[in-house]
Amino acid sequence: MYSDKVMDHFNNPRNVGEIEEADGTGSVGNPDCGDIMKLTLSIEDNKIKDVKFKTFGCGAAIATSSMVTELVMGKNIDEAEDISNDTVAEALDGLPPVKMHCSNLAADALHAAIKDYKEKNN
Amino acid sequence: MDKIYFDHNATTPVLDEVFDAMLPYLKEEWGNPSSIHWAGRVPKKAVEDAREKVAAFLGCSPVEIIFTSSGTESDNLGIKGLAYAKKKKGNHIITTKVEHPAVLKTCKYLEKEGFEVTYLNVDEEGMIDLGDLKESIRPETILITVMYANNETGVIFPVEEIGRIAKEHKITFHTDAVQAAGKIPIDTSSLDVDLLTISGHKLYAPKGVGALFVRRGTRLVPVIHGGHHERNRRGGTENVAGIVGLGTACEIATRDMEKERAHLEKITKRLENGIIERVPDIHINGGGSPRLMNTSNISFEFIEGESILLGLDMHQIAASSGSACTSGSLEPTHVLLAMGKTAELSHGSIRFSLGRTNTVDEVDLLIDVLPPIVERMRSMSPLYAGSNEPVVFKR
Ligand SMILES: Cc1ncc(COP(=O)(O)O)c(C=O)c1O
Ligand code: FES
Repeated sequence: MYSDKVMDHFNNPRNVGEIEEADGTGSVGNPDCGDIMKLTLSIEDNKIKDVKFKTFGCGAAIATSSMVTELVMGKNIDEAEDISNDTVAEALDGLPPVKMHCSNLAADALHAAIKDYKEKNN
Repeated sequence: MDKIYFDHNATTPVLDEVFDAMLPYLKEEWGNPSSIHWAGRVPKKAVEDAREKVAAFLGCSPVEIIFTSSGTESDNLGIKGLAYAKKKKGNHIITTKVEHPAVLKTCKYLEKEGFEVTYLNVDEEGMIDLGDLKESIRPETILITVMYANNETGVIFPVEEIGRIAKEHKITFHTDAVQAAGKIPIDTSSLDVDLLTISGHKLYAPKGVGALFVRRGTRLVPVIHGGHHERNRRGGTENVAGIVGLGTACEIATRDMEKERAHLEKITKRLENGIIERVPDIHINGGGSPRLMNTSNISFEFIEGESILLGLDMHQIAASSGSACTSGSLEPTHVLLAMGKTAELSHGSIRFSLGRTNTVDEVDLLIDVLPPIVERMRSMSPLYAGSNEPVVFKR
């Protein structure tokens, strides 16, 4: 049911964990199914220097979490803000239709973490 | 790596003996059992032989067996058929919150048709309260429909007592025995049950065949209208091969019941105890109630079921989950929610349902591979205690 890329990210998730004293934190729950993701960012000179995630959710939720961390690593904040759930799903060679909502979790957590960073630095 | 199947409450493989018995009716004996000519004679006899076997299995007379296309259809026929037949007597039905959708959705439909339905609660061990049942009986109650055993937790309901209560109040009693059939003995001659559903594919016969026991004198309005099949109670040319398969499977179930029960009890206990010993922070759902000896439903705290299933699938192990993420509807299973479990615990539930071909070695393999899978998922979970600021689950 899942693409090879999804299974790869599920089996070998990148950047699992939590950054201590993160510059931005995004904790979101998926309103559709109740799954949860926490994403932490370390930011320097507007650039994402490090990113980590923890996720309580299905295989697609874990894979999209992992993928979003890979996509934003090293990017500047504006670029990271442009990443949507579709970007993440596409990078994983697609998700089954019933699993598209899972990618919202990863995108929402990223945007929440960036928002948190901006609020802290204003 | 050998494939391991721990999902027998979802469906079972067709036994060789069953397959062999069916085969002639897919090949040379293709006639219509309703035909009076030569082509119909053998298939007709095969259907009636199968009816006798199912009747012997359930302790009833062959005329009390109606063949259907599934457990779902039998539930529909038993419930709707009875409700419409007794509409003039009353409009109230009693069931439970933990029935299979084949019963729940049928009851929901009847609510739209003007019937009133009471859905009994279960306690945290998945058990109903007979006091609640008695209190919910009204003068206009026409039907009680309570499952024999629950498909998700394996919890066995007190159908003897329920039958007695129903009889005292002259209320018809239907039970969905799809999961009980073949696992524990069912004897309609000693139970006060009027309608009882079974399904082929849960007892080593194929999918797409079921039966409904209808006690003599119980009137039903047909749900499927058509020819004179099944004594005018269910139209449609018989699924001869499927019916033969069901009959054979019932015969085998009767023959092997004691041996299989002992085997399943042993390996399922081994599985459950092995997991209890090796994995912390788990809950045995329905563990405090009498349960089918093949079913173990376990919630793993802090993690989600689909990801556990994917981890098991890497080892070619098949099981199922009550998680919202595997449900299609994105709702966690109604059964665990009715038991008062949090959405999080429903999310993390895995059902292992064992069958006759499972072995001790397979169970031991599961017990070895499961703990690291659970640990890995927990290490990724924001809910786990290792987390700096555990996130509070809200839904
Ligand atoms: C308790 C129960 N009732 C009814 C059914 C439906 O049976 P079938 O799949 O034959 O329609 C099932 C199987 O999913 C079941 O477990
Ligand atoms: S995040 Fe729950 S279904 Fe995928």
